[in-house]
Amino acid sequence: MALFEVKNIIKSFGKAEVLKDISFEQEEGSVLSIIGSSGSGKTTLLRCITGLETADSGFIRVEDRVLFDSSSTVKLTGEEKRLNQLTTGLVFQSFNLFPQYTVLDNVMLARKLTSVKELKRKKASKAEIAEATEMLKEEAISLIESVGLSDKLTYYPCELSGGQQQRVAIARALMLSPKILCFDEPTSALDPQITVEVLKVIANLAKQGRTMVIVTHEMGFAKEVSDKIIFMDDGIIAEEGTPEQIFDNPKTPALRAFLSSMIKV
Amino acid sequence: MSGPSFLNVTIDLLTGFLDNLELFGLTLLFSLPLGLIVTFGSMSKFKPLAWFTKVFVWIIRGTPLMLQIFVVYYVPGLVFEVPMRERMLAAIIAFVINYSCYFSEIYRGGIESISKGQYEAGQVLGMTKTQTFFRVVLLQVVKRILPPMSNEIITLVKDTSLARIIAVPEILMCAERFTGKGLIWPLFYTAVFFLVFNGVLTLLFGYLEKKLNYFRS
Repeated sequence: MALFEVKNIIKSFGKAEVLKDISFEQEEGSVLSIIGSSGSGKTTLLRCITGLETADSGFIRVEDRVLFDSSSTVKLTGEEKRLNQLTTGLVFQSFNLFPQYTVLDNVMLARKLTSVKELKRKKASKAEIAEATEMLKEEAISLIESVGLSDKLTYYPCELSGGQQQRVAIARALMLSPKILCFDEPTSALDPQITVEVLKVIANLAKQGRTMVIVTHEMGFAKEVSDKIIFMDDGIIAEEGTPEQIFDNPKTPALRAFLSSMIKV
Repeated sequence: MSGPSFLNVTIDLLTGFLDNLELFGLTLLFSLPLGLIVTFGSMSKFKPLAWFTKVFVWIIRGTPLMLQIFVVYYVPGLVFEVPMRERMLAAIIAFVINYSCYFSEIYRGGIESISKGQYEAGQVLGMTKTQTFFRVVLLQVVKRILPPMSNEIITLVKDTSLARIIAVPEILMCAERFTGKGLIWPLFYTAVFFLVFNGVLTLLFGYLEKKLNYFRS
């Protein structure tokens, strides 16, 4: 059974049908890239997967956890919703770091809030809370190191370049250990010369066997890093396959047209 | 025969100004948090509540504060036959209601100016809506609304003199007692008290704005 399964997802905004019956599967440890022109529904699909939008109908499952099932009437508890939420992680196009927190606190905040709340509920002592926080801090520092920013721990987001901010955002998402890490055009807000530093971090994660879904316009990167590529066109999956199939042997006219429009100068 | 000395006038006006300060302090103390509750009401997804709150804010912002002070002072006695005995209390109630509504609109503007991405980041990190609001959004809102809030709070300092119309013995009323005795300068002298206090407030807000300069949002 595939790790990640998306079945028959349909989503409309008003009269506009943005996703028209999307289904795919993804194996553990693989990288799936979603390509397609603007307005093809890539970002909406990612937002449905990560719970920022609720699909009109369909089914989404990761391992044995059902994230969304339009045919189910089961009411989820708050804790179940939170666990569902944490199954996926998302790195935004516009980073969305928390401006008033340092790099370290951005990465730690969510975990720290949950852990402190949990420990207080268990009536833990102050020393125990401090110890738990210290462990989180070490974990956060090693993640920040892994994205090459160990010298920026105490910096605020406004003191960092776009590429650095995005790397912090990646560390922040990793801190929650999501089963599936999603990227929504992670380099589209960056200057071309600094996209490389972010792409390197993502490629590194791919090497380590992280399961990732990447919406991207970086065709060279998608070809290099992906195990599977989905080409979306007007709300449907127009074509899917290995990078070789997609880039070297496109079958549909839509994909051919799209690829020729993306050819680098 | 000589009139009251400068020192006597100063002490007299200062006593009156204490009433202004009391009204100012208590109004802030209650209307700052109450304003946030009004904001949540007007932003509520439960439409009747949002609608009701917006009409209430419209009435309060759309009528003179002076009239509202009269209403709070006289209506309990006239309509419910429980006369309002405390003039200061009446003024405080009217001011708190009035300023809560003004603050709520400033808060709402601040909250709505925070990008959706901040809430979404909180959500995908598994934070609750309350955590996201209080740990992430609120300080950014505070930073954004400091300039309009300082404006409004400085206006409040001067508005406290409106309490004079129900005979709260605030500074202008004290000065007018001298005018009644043919002494006009104490009336103009009151400006100094307002200017000094507002000067202190201006410095304080400048300091706070500087304090929050360490981040940009």
